[in-house]
Amino acid sequence: MQRFELALPSTVSDCLSALSGSGDVNMVAGGTDLLPQMKNGLVKPARVVDLSGIPDLKVLETDADGALHIGAAVSAHTVELSDVVRAGFLGVAEGAGVIGSYQVRNLATVGGNVCNAAPSADVSPPLVAMDALIVIAGPNGRRTVPIADFFLGVRRTALQPGEMMVEIVVPAPGTGSGGTYLRHTPRRELDIAVVGVGTQLTIQDGRCTRARVALGAVAPVIVRATEAEAKLEGAEITPALLDEAAALAVKSATPISDQRGSAEYRLHLVRVLTRRTLQTAFERATGRSASRNGAH
Amino acid sequence: MPKMVLACTLNGEETELLVQPYATLLEALRETAGLTGAKEGCGTGDCGACTVQMDGQPVASCLVLAMQARGRTVRTVEGLASVDGSLHPVQAAFVKHGVPQCGFCIPGMIMSASALLEANPAPSEAEIRLGIAGNLCRCTGYTKMVAAITEASTVQTAGKGV
Repeated sequence: MQRFELALPSTVSDCLSALSGSGDVNMVAGGTDLLPQMKNGLVKPARVVDLSGIPDLKVLETDADGALHIGAAVSAHTVELSDVVRAGFLGVAEGAGVIGSYQVRNLATVGGNVCNAAPSADVSPPLVAMDALIVIAGPNGRRTVPIADFFLGVRRTALQPGEMMVEIVVPAPGTGSGGTYLRHTPRRELDIAVVGVGTQLTIQDGRCTRARVALGAVAPVIVRATEAEAKLEGAEITPALLDEAAALAVKSATPISDQRGSAEYRLHLVRVLTRRTLQTAFERATGRSASRNGAH
Repeated sequence: MPKMVLACTLNGEETELLVQPYATLLEALRETAGLTGAKEGCGTGDCGACTVQMDGQPVASCLVLAMQARGRTVRTVEGLASVDGSLHPVQAAFVKHGVPQCGFCIPGMIMSASALLEANPAPSEAEIRLGIAGNLCRCTGYTKMVAAITEASTVQTAGKGV
């Protein structure tokens, strides 16, 4: 690995100071993405700032409004197993639970998975489906960006030089809401999503009041399947409607063909995975099943 | 680049290691501490040969900067046996079942398996397979591994009177 200086701040303000110096600087939290990039020379920072020793970035809790706060340096493993996360934010736990391997999830952070801005990041679709907010600290104070506006392109985010993610805030989904994340990979562990879908549905008196379908690995950024969402919102959920919405989700995907799958295969996966996530989200929102073979 | 002092608890002992800021934990363990049980396979976190436990959790030590282990508890395969030399149940079962073939994956495999049993003393076969899914064995000796870990879980739970 190329040589670099290492800063070990213990507060956010010390961290911002360490980020403000001259030369290429990278932050490291879990290191599971940065270290391979440094080892193969894709990233050559003069200075690396370690986030793992900053207690304020290790917060994982809900606030008085029920919103979930995930500090930037909380590991995927911690999020995956957290009772607080699983109780109201199960899709996020499911996304965190399929990153890398056991050894990687103990290091990798949910914040890092978001900040790397890979289109295939597993935590991002469920966070987009829950309208998560990214809290950013910088030389001019703090600002909050909706996660949908945080992603600018492949590995490009709204973070400016000298800025850092402090935490992710996921608003409380409210009653009658359920969500899930599902991806397709040839292997269960140590693989990268061919397509990933995060879905969150809110059902009140049998009608869908809020629908979010977020697609991963089918565009440079996570995209919302807006036509599918519009089809669902305001409607009574039936198996046929879920079929229609899944077919509409394909319209929002603009995948490439690469070694993980052809564009055609990805479009097929968007429909299949969207249908499955809608089913699961509905069941979790209502405690009922929307069976394909009969009235729900 | 000035070296830095890595203070951590290594295999039960307070330890200070002088490391480069850009050294990985794996390099610090192997080259500075002389603990060569953990191996470098891929160097990118895919193979699990470098698995050690940090605060009781298995991690890919090739992806950890050495200084990120400051103040933490690190255990390598060298620190798994009891002080009197008696093997950990997973180690004993690996010996009994003749698990190692080429041996390269074994230290990492044992660190993952022992962490699994710590978290889940009586795992199902599916849970065992998932628990070692981040460890690759190119000899493909998984069948004996699962048998050995199953036996170790029985010994361990029996020993604890569960």
